Amino acid sequence: MNLDELYQEVILDHYKHPRGAGLREPYEGESHQVNPTCGDEITLRVHVDGDKIGDVSYENVGCSISKASASVLYELVSGATVDDALARLAEFTELMNSKGQGEGDEETLEDAVAFAGVSKYPMRVKCALLGWMAFKDALVRAEASIPGRTDA
Amino acid sequence: MEAVTKLDVEAIRADFPILKRTIGDRTLAYLDSAATSQKPVQVVDAMRRFTEHSNANISRSVHTLGAEATEAYEGARARVAAFIGAPSADEVVFTKNSTEAINLLAYAFQNATLDPHADPRLRLAPGDEIVVTEMEHHANLIPWQQLAQRTGATLKWIGITDHGRLDLESVPDVITERTKLVSFTHVANLLGTVNPTSQITARAREVGALVGLDASQSVPHLPVNVAELGVDFIAFTGHKMLGPTGIGVLWAKADLLDAMPPFLTGGSMIKTVTMEQTTFADAPAKFEAGTPPIAEAVGLAAAVDYLDALGMENVRAHEKELAGYMLERLETVDGLAIIGPRVPIGRSATVSFTLEGVHPHDVGQVLDAEAVAVRVGHHCAKPTCDRFGVNATTRASAYVYNTHEEIDRLVDALGKVRKVFT
Repeated sequence: MNLDELYQEVILDHYKHPRGAGLREPYEGESHQVNPTCGDEITLRVHVDGDKIGDVSYENVGCSISKASASVLYELVSGATVDDALARLAEFTELMNSKGQGEGDEETLEDAVAFAGVSKYPMRVKCALLGWMAFKDALVRAEASIPGRTDA
Repeated sequence: MEAVTKLDVEAIRADFPILKRTIGDRTLAYLDSAATSQKPVQVVDAMRRFTEHSNANISRSVHTLGAEATEAYEGARARVAAFIGAPSADEVVFTKNSTEAINLLAYAFQNATLDPHADPRLRLAPGDEIVVTEMEHHANLIPWQQLAQRTGATLKWIGITDHGRLDLESVPDVITERTKLVSFTHVANLLGTVNPTSQITARAREVGALVGLDASQSVPHLPVNVAELGVDFIAFTGHKMLGPTGIGVLWAKADLLDAMPPFLTGGSMIKTVTMEQTTFADAPAKFEAGTPPIAEAVGLAAAVDYLDALGMENVRAHEKELAGYMLERLETVDGLAIIGPRVPIGRSATVSFTLEGVHPHDVGQVLDAEAVAVRVGHHCAKPTCDRFGVNATTRASAYVYNTHEEIDRLVDALGKVRKVFT
């Protein structure tokens, strides 16, 4: 197998220098996700500000793929509109389920296209999606806690 | 004791076609036998011969194939019984795996607890205690934890020292007059510790508790004799001892099996049945409801033949030597910390470690690129991970077919891991 394809420079960079790491206030939704096969964990908070994702903050233990993925997630969705964030979530999930066939749109997914190679390794797809599952769950919780928001 | 001779590893390797496989352009170095062992052609051939020539259901048909299949299945039982020094083949119950074997016991306790006429040794009440250790595989923890929760009994455990050994000094305090059952791992799957059994079994006897072993990691690697161990039961599995998946073993003393209510009920485990009532067959049939893994039993018997031909003392000596070499070489890797005993005494050739700053998943991935197969994760022993403050480990485990050269390749590949991630 081609290790460079899996561990692209951009993934290793996010792993070694995670963006937006640490848990912050304020937040309306929090989610804790575990990968039971390896014990990797993430706690992720979402702060919704009007129709935008005001902040995403997180604390995680895990492999390079899961940690880099959370860092890329932060860059993509923090400050984005809720609708755009959900679109990125759908796009990234589709890319991870593409079994090596997808390339990802660099215009929208930015650094996250580096994960295209991960989709060839079924054992690692769960690692890449852990943070995104936490984001999805935390966002649902955040929206549910905001009066008048029931459409999430 | 038989004289120890060196295993002819080259000849052994020739029996395992999978070891010639390449991953990328490198020959496989398989160091994951603690998860599952590879199978020699003798096992595969025995199963194929049975399937092609004698396949039929057992204990039902009067035709020739039915008789041959029954003979093969019961012959496998006798073969396994002899291998572990069981006084009678009727004390060997075939299950799906070790996990099912231990659940079979746990559910016997639970079902007995619901039955006022059941053997008092098996009946649990609040205040009673079940004892395990902190180094169990989840298979020998969760069934007892759940049983304790359902019956009101208390689960207690023997802790682990910093060196990865059982804290035997605590045994008299942990096992008390209230203890009804002690079930502990013979060889720990994450730490590689070979536990001394006599002190724990003696204390269990002193307080009148039943005592047994999770022998999943010992029966494949050491001479195991249930009479010499002086325990009431052991559980182990076929696929870790050169045999197929889908078959495991519960050995228990005849009087214990007699007293145990069945776990699964249905076909093949009955004496008489009416619409209102059923009487059960004697052990082992009482515990083997439904069509059992027949071809798998044939394969397991072939695996036992293979191990017997090697000689279990020789297997132990080979692995002790590999454990020593693996420990010595791993200690030379920068940033590597061994989780478990660091000396090849009272330990198996299963070695867990962490590599500073690199997650085990990433270690395993880079090793796979070098065609070195190890296991990464918590190894179904999360409490052991917690005890040593780690989330996961990388684990290399050797068996009869492994060589120094494969361990060298592991160590070289670990050097590459550091290059990628630091």
